[in-house]
Amino acid sequence: MSGILNSSIGRKFAMALSALFLMFFLLQHFSINILSVFSPETFNDVSHFMGTFPLVQYVLQPVLIFGVVFHFVMGFVLEIKNNKARRISYAKNNGGANSSWMSRNMIWSGAAILAFVCLHFYDFWFPEINTKFIVGDMSGLIDPNNAESGFRYYEELQHKFVDLWRVVLYVVAFVFLALHLLHGFDSAFQSVGANNKYTKGLKRFSKIYAIGIPLGFIFIAVFHFLNH
Amino acid sequence: MDMNLTLKIWRQKNASDKGSMVDYKVSDISPDMSFLEMLDVLNEQLINNDEEPVAFDHDCREGICGMCSLYINGEAHGPDRGVTTCQLHMRMFKDGDTITIEPFRATAFPVVKDLIVDRSSFDRIQHAGGFISVNTSGNTIDANATPINKEDADDAFSAATCIGCGACVASCKNSSAMLFVGAKVSQFALLPQGKIEATDRVLNMVKQMDDEGFGNCTNTGACEVECPKGISLENIARMNREYLAASLKG
Ligand code: HEM
Ligand code: SF4
Ligand code: FES
Repeated sequence: MSGILNSSIGRKFAMALSALFLMFFLLQHFSINILSVFSPETFNDVSHFMGTFPLVQYVLQPVLIFGVVFHFVMGFVLEIKNNKARRISYAKNNGGANSSWMSRNMIWSGAAILAFVCLHFYDFWFPEINTKFIVGDMSGLIDPNNAESGFRYYEELQHKFVDLWRVVLYVVAFVFLALHLLHGFDSAFQSVGANNKYTKGLKRFSKIYAIGIPLGFIFIAVFHFLNH
Repeated sequence: MDMNLTLKIWRQKNASDKGSMVDYKVSDISPDMSFLEMLDVLNEQLINNDEEPVAFDHDCREGICGMCSLYINGEAHGPDRGVTTCQLHMRMFKDGDTITIEPFRATAFPVVKDLIVDRSSFDRIQHAGGFISVNTSGNTIDANATPINKEDADDAFSAATCIGCGACVASCKNSSAMLFVGAKVSQFALLPQGKIEATDRVLNMVKQMDDEGFGNCTNTGACEVECPKGISLENIARMNREYLAASLKG
């Protein structure tokens, strides 16, 4: 087991594990966000639970942050290593003849997602951490001194999607996410060594996931933009 | 219809020379010629003009030795599928075409001269474990004495058709050798005779592959498309499984 991250296959495997974890997280994140379209009350209740339940806050959240950081750091490490493996590039290279654009540009779709993650943290995560752990208000209420004021999560969400520029940035980021996943989903299974009679079916499902989830997120952003 | 062509060819005097692309013209090329025959015509022309002929690798000229490592118009072994350069016909091109011809590029395949690269990194990977240790002197066991499941035998045979040409490395944006090594690992991993040394084999071959400076696979699948022998990506997945299982053991 020792030094598995020092081998090419070990790094691939670790990359795929972090990616599979992120794809699972994305599904969970989407399931909660879509509630905001159907039922603000349920969305508020679930958000409050996720935001205050210790297992989520102190165990799953650090694991997630580690997963994201590991994934993009390893992505950059692999990119640098792979560039070193060919120091002189071809005068003429017809990459489109044998591979998809998505598969050749994971670092760029990844970088776009990373930029989005920074904006997203600025929008939601930092204010959340500030309210809960710096100000010390764990109530989740719009007015912490008034129990009747209701939960603040839905209101904060709507407030974020007032600016058109932000909605546009979110939409663009989700398009890159779709491009990333169109290659990444299948790739992760191949990396962990799963290529068998189920692969064909999995590839069909991966298209649905890779396009469906980002499209769903786009729908949520646009919905709140139009309905605030 | 015979063709007149412009060739852009990588010329490099020796391993330490910087090298550059040089333009040449050839005329009256028959569509029935192979790509290497077209280069023979060019070289004859160069020799007649007292110029240095273009150095390129070749041996069998029938798709089995894997020597003819040329990157043609942006693809390993050119635009056709399932062929090596020696099996590529000039009918894939049109009169008036410009054809770019480069050596396979990878840090682990350094250029020796012009279009010739040193692929001995592949040999060293093979030496690290691409074999089975059996005594072949006088006590050969009858092949049919060891029953082998038909599917495994077929898959092992398919993997064994890899000719070590390096097109997978040349086509890969990461210069990864995983299709080659995956084929060499699979060929033995699928057979009872290969299982005995399976753990050491995969660990040692992958270590050698990494030490040689090949890149990390990101599953673009370019190798499988460009491989003249149709070696499948399933072999990479199998190698990954073998390697992960072996790392847990070793
Ligand atoms: C929610 C966010 C993200 C998800 C769901 C995700 C998902 C994936 C998946 C499924 C793979 C394929 C893994 C494999 O081939 O084994 C992958 C690969 C990759 N990701 Fe991400 N990713 C995300 C964010 C990022 C970010 C922020 C970067 C930043 C640079 C990035 C860079 C890469 C790169 C370079 C690869 C290709 C490396 C390889 O295949 O070995 N990803 N990603
Ligand atoms: S796997 Fe295919 S492309 Fe790679 S060395 Fe073997 S025959 Fe050539
Ligand atoms: S010269 Fe032997 S494969 Fe082309």
